Amino acid sequence: MLGAFLVAGAAFVVIAASSMNKNLVYYWTPTDLVANGDKAYGATIRLGGMVSAGSITKNAGVSGVEFNVHDGAKTVHVKSSGVPPQMFRENIGVVVEGTMVKGGYFQCNRLMVSHSNEYRAPKSGHPVDKQELEKLMKSTEGLETK
Amino acid sequence: MTATLGRFLILASVLVSTTGAMISFAAGRKHAPEGVRWAQRFAYAFAALMILATLTMEYALLTHDFSVSYVAHVGSRSVPTWVTIVSLWSSLEGSILFWGAVLGIYIAAATYLNRDQHAEYMPYAIGTWLACGAFFSFLLSGPANPFLTVPAAADGPGPNPLLQNHYLMVIHPPFLYLGYVGMTIPFGYACAALLRGRLGLSFLKPMRASLMVPWIFLTCAIMLGGWWAYEVLGWGGYWAWDPVENASLLPWLTATAALHSAIVMERRGVLKGWTVTLIQASFLLTILGTFMTRSGVFNSVHSFTQSAIGPTILAFLAAVLIFSIALLATRIDTLEAEGRIDSAASKEGAFLFNNLIFVLLTFTVLIGTVFPLVVEAVKGKQMSVGRPYFDAMVVPAGTALLFLLGIGPALPWGRSSRQQILKALLPPIATGGVLIALGAAFGIRNGWTLATMFVGGYAAHVTLAQMWQPLVQRLRRGDSFGNALVNGQLRRGRRRFGSYIVHSGAVIVLIAIAVSSTQRTQHEVKLTKGQATTIGAYTLTFTGTEVRQEPNREATIANFNVAKNGTPVTTLAPRMNQYPQMREPIGTPAVYSTLKGDLYLSIMNLEGDTAGVLVLWMPMVGWIWFAVILMGIGGLVALIPSRAVIAVEAKDSVAAAAPALS
Repeated sequence: MLGAFLVAGAAFVVIAASSMNKNLVYYWTPTDLVANGDKAYGATIRLGGMVSAGSITKNAGVSGVEFNVHDGAKTVHVKSSGVPPQMFRENIGVVVEGTMVKGGYFQCNRLMVSHSNEYRAPKSGHPVDKQELEKLMKSTEGLETK
Repeated sequence: MTATLGRFLILASVLVSTTGAMISFAAGRKHAPEGVRWAQRFAYAFAALMILATLTMEYALLTHDFSVSYVAHVGSRSVPTWVTIVSLWSSLEGSILFWGAVLGIYIAAATYLNRDQHAEYMPYAIGTWLACGAFFSFLLSGPANPFLTVPAAADGPGPNPLLQNHYLMVIHPPFLYLGYVGMTIPFGYACAALLRGRLGLSFLKPMRASLMVPWIFLTCAIMLGGWWAYEVLGWGGYWAWDPVENASLLPWLTATAALHSAIVMERRGVLKGWTVTLIQASFLLTILGTFMTRSGVFNSVHSFTQSAIGPTILAFLAAVLIFSIALLATRIDTLEAEGRIDSAASKEGAFLFNNLIFVLLTFTVLIGTVFPLVVEAVKGKQMSVGRPYFDAMVVPAGTALLFLLGIGPALPWGRSSRQQILKALLPPIATGGVLIALGAAFGIRNGWTLATMFVGGYAAHVTLAQMWQPLVQRLRRGDSFGNALVNGQLRRGRRRFGSYIVHSGAVIVLIAIAVSSTQRTQHEVKLTKGQATTIGAYTLTFTGTEVRQEPNREATIANFNVAKNGTPVTTLAPRMNQYPQMREPIGTPAVYSTLKGDLYLSIMNLEGDTAGVLVLWMPMVGWIWFAVILMGIGGLVALIPSRAVIAVEAKDSVAAAAPALS
């Protein structure tokens, strides 16, 4: 019986490791996303950044929104089909979860605005702090919309 | 003044717990009866000091003494009194103080209940408890001191608004602490057995009971946390595999495994070292959970606080881990087996598989939770393990456990013939089939959900049959129903009966989780005043918004009329609460619960007369909450000491005699 348990345990480790490898969610800034190039396609990414001023277009009547997310250096175009949360606006820190699509935009399945009270938007023109963005991405853990 | 008194009480408890721990261990080594009595006195003294310190803090909170650092941090004159009272556990330092008080009560109760028994183990157990008490009072005396003196302000900011936003957030933390802290008691017993180098059957009783108490609280706490997430967070789910949720689940998994392996130990005299290991793991996982939730390593929705006490707890975790491993490595062979397991196709075989799955589940959740932390610490890269990993791993394991929950109780102990086994295992298949048919009739097509329905039906059949078997036997012998119920279920087989109540609850919970997570429907929609949206048989009409001023917040409420097949049934009013100390409003969804399922409505945003809403139909979700409460009740039934039940029986027999006279 002990042998059977060992085999089951070994099989479990293999299954767990492969399943985890397939389901990792990467926390990236737009700069990380661009730097990873083709590796970005298909992976689940939690992208954190600021909503670019003047980039928000809402689809009239139906839910759904498009906007740009930037970190001061790089910008990524994001398409979301859901209703954005109350706080969603220009120049606010957002975290979008989804995948990079070959069409050159980020398809967002979850759009989250941080619940953190500590995060302050940097003054315009200042570079966005990477550490602040990482903190922002972590602060939205658990705020799932699926 | 109050702050000074608080600091004095904490320092006294550091002194009492460290001295008490040393005296207790010395008394254990020397088998000195006088030393044991001193150990007990120190245990009571520690409890008294911790309770007094907590009462001092409550006094400071209620009198708005803003010269006490913790009151300055979480107190406010503008919040209702009940919020002020529960502010004790709204932030880090206060919750550690509350932890200390709960630990004190647990230690005093366990010491008192065993004051004249188990003299060979108790000094070691008290020593272990007081050593844990020493750590938490040390934490309170330095890294997490709530009693610092600060310049008194006129008013404070008040506790975290999430605490004020829903009553479930008020009762969830105490249950969690009662579950977490309570694991210290069985840990003390396990260490005592190892240090003493013996684990007799008589000592198994207090060990099991001490494990059952925190198990009940933890079971309820996990459910309350999920219920809170469902009622407050507004994304329409109750479980997201968030690190903080996982932290509460991990010790529950090992404790559940230990409660089962203890039965095998009792009946067959095997698995002693294994049970002790599981108990130690449960305690370690509660400390790991405290570290994860209270140090800010996971900056998640639940982590309201961050502080420098993380490293202190981590050091304690490492110390307990090393102590436990060293103890197990050197002493486990002293807990020798008195029997052996003959056959896999037996009740004890099923128990072994149960334990295997529970341990694998623990590892699955633990790896998925801790892996991102390790990667971040080693490579400096942030990532998390996505929900599909947990679902893919846990769903098959949960289904297998549900199946075992049917097979195990049906199988006899020890070796039995093929016919006996088949006779036990075949009939419940019919009930499983009935449940599949029922599920299919309700439109369920998901394979895993149907599999869960089948094994759930199987397990329900076995559970109910086992539950009423003693009753039926007594009725056949000609007992009256009342007598049969009391004698057959509550007195003789009370523990069995209680555990089958727990099993019934577990069957319902697992089926409800499977159905609610696979059969839910949802959509997001933007509505202007007067517009309606339809989900299933329900039509929701948006009738407009209103703004309401409340003492501690401003609420924006969206009103909806709900009609089912054209007939008005209710109104729903999801809202957004804006607290003065928060930058953003907190949404509160509105839920219309029925037996079949919940209609769930959450506001995403409000702009003038337009509301963006998330509309959800969640079948069977209400069953989860009530079935978990049933599990808790089952645990209590299994726990009630015999004396109380005999008293009930005596009353019952008087009542039974009365109609016979008239």
